[in-house]
Amino acid sequence: MKINDAVWGSLFLLLGVMILFHVQSFPTIPGQKVGPALFPGVIAAGLAVCASILIVQGIAGRRKPGERSAWLGSEPWMRSPQHVLAFFLVIGVNVFYILVVDRLGFIPTGTIYLAVLFAVFGVRPRNNLVLALVITLVIHYAFYKLLRVPLPWGMLEKWAW
Amino acid sequence: MSPAWAQAFALVFDPYNIFVMLVASVFGLFVGAVPGLTATMATALLVPVTFFMAPIPAIAAIVTATAMAIFSGDIPGCLMRMPGTPASAAYTDEAYAMTKKGQAELALGAGLVFSALGGLFGTAVLMLAAPALAEFALKFSSFEYFWLVLLGLTCAVFITSDRPLKGFVTLMLGLLVACVGLGNPAAFPRFTFGSIELLGGIGMIPMMIGMFAISEIIRYAVDTKPQLAIVDKPIGNVFKGMWQLTRKYPVQILRGNAVGTLIGALPGAGADIAAWITYAISKRFSKEPEKFGTGHVEGIVESGSANNSALAGAWIPALVFGIPGDSITAIVIGVLYMKNMNPGPTLFTNNPQNIYAVYLLFIIANLIMVPMGWWCIKVSKQILKVPRTVLMPVIMLFCVVGAFAINNTPFDVTVMLVAGIAAFFLESNGFPVAPAILGVVLGGMLEENFITSMIKSDGQLTAFFERPIAATLGAMTLAVWFLPILLRRLRQLAGIKAAT
Repeated sequence: MKINDAVWGSLFLLLGVMILFHVQSFPTIPGQKVGPALFPGVIAAGLAVCASILIVQGIAGRRKPGERSAWLGSEPWMRSPQHVLAFFLVIGVNVFYILVVDRLGFIPTGTIYLAVLFAVFGVRPRNNLVLALVITLVIHYAFYKLLRVPLPWGMLEKWAW
Repeated sequence: MSPAWAQAFALVFDPYNIFVMLVASVFGLFVGAVPGLTATMATALLVPVTFFMAPIPAIAAIVTATAMAIFSGDIPGCLMRMPGTPASAAYTDEAYAMTKKGQAELALGAGLVFSALGGLFGTAVLMLAAPALAEFALKFSSFEYFWLVLLGLTCAVFITSDRPLKGFVTLMLGLLVACVGLGNPAAFPRFTFGSIELLGGIGMIPMMIGMFAISEIIRYAVDTKPQLAIVDKPIGNVFKGMWQLTRKYPVQILRGNAVGTLIGALPGAGADIAAWITYAISKRFSKEPEKFGTGHVEGIVESGSANNSALAGAWIPALVFGIPGDSITAIVIGVLYMKNMNPGPTLFTNNPQNIYAVYLLFIIANLIMVPMGWWCIKVSKQILKVPRTVLMPVIMLFCVVGAFAINNTPFDVTVMLVAGIAAFFLESNGFPVAPAILGVVLGGMLEENFITSMIKSDGQLTAFFERPIAATLGAMTLAVWFLPILLRRLRQLAGIKAAT
């Protein structure tokens, strides 16, 4: 999604100003001129300056005909519903993992994760679930047994090995 | 032989280490050969695994995998016109044109042999330059480090983007991300908003995995272009004609190696930029410029050497100053800190066997590149047949687990996801991601040296120019900032004068 530079500039300007206000609340170190507020403050000020230039450039760009003129431009993938679905599913499946993995356990979550992604990318549905389960088990073995990473068991706690 | 060198040999030729190097080279060759998987991604994927290894095998894995990946990126470029890694993009069209003329083995052979030579050249420079620089760096105090980091960040912004303004914006964002947490000279929790997770700051490794791996996978998911077919012609003997090429293009080889190493050593600029610049140089100074683009091997010789020598060059500032020469070494610096091999001059004085081991690893990696790369070319058609529809989801799950494994907290997975989405949108709008990486990696160092210097000088900014080295570095930094604007003004003035 192509967003006009001016819009980006405004977002960053807002961010910079917000940070500048926020760091005023940081304490000062008695006896020293520099405190924890200085560095983020300077960076935020710099960001605000760069963002302002971006806004100016973005608005100037709108006067010229061409690619950069739209406020919000679309990219080829946004016109294809299949790809838009793919985009949201790819992100969604990760959000699903983060929310659910501790309760459901790694093996079920991972299997669903892979099965959904296989479907999104076009792997034949017949092989999906089995392939997803096998690969999840392999990854689980590699990380849990070989590298001793405590992947959550969740529902399968009773049958943990 | 000095005891440190003997120890280094023992560390490197340990059976476990050799095993790790062989597995890592297969991994690197595979990742490089599959379009959409980059060498930086390979490094990011290796970090959770090397987390659990001893320092030398961990570094061995990364050095070997990246050296192989930068070479094997040439293979799909040659056969499918899709570069396996960004570093091969500069000469993909050239190599593909050669394949269509039936000269695939010449292109691939040149890529293989001159990549190995380039890597060895870069290693030689690393072996000579790093200790000399480390000696010099012993004189550095907080003022010098401050200017050096600032100079490095500035150079990175100007080199890695055609619109430095956007590079500065992402740099500031990276620096702000580095401000989050307890890790500042005042030990005051900044931007934590009551979250315990944020007290430790935003993890660098999950962020890198997100920015380099997750964003690539998102990009793959929304890619509307159809996949190109592999040119199905047999590949002959790749080593044939290499000696003639060496005799025909000695200047190109040397120039490619030297420029490549130099660009690798510049912070933020890595193998891909080295390849583009040397390809342009090759065309500019060639005796047969009209042949470029029709399937002419000269550009491949020069660029192929450059991208591998850049890999070794990037380790020079990384080892001596802790300033990454490219995005791969940005990740490596994180690994070095984790393994208690903090970058800096003391790395060379306190445990020199580790540094010697790193040199040996580079040499061996580039030597085994030749047989392993030859094998990879032989099986390349099979590698390219592996369906990316299966590969990408598996890599994504691997990234999720990998990001989790660093600190065993799901928060890091969230960091990874957010970083990936942000990188995807920023890059599709022309905001370069490399300055952000450098900002995150170097933000802490910049602030610490700044605050220390300010405390030492009691708030006087003039102190930043009092010491001779600091003054020089400071002048260079200000020159890089203001020279472009000054030159443009001068040019405008000259233009006006000429008109009147």
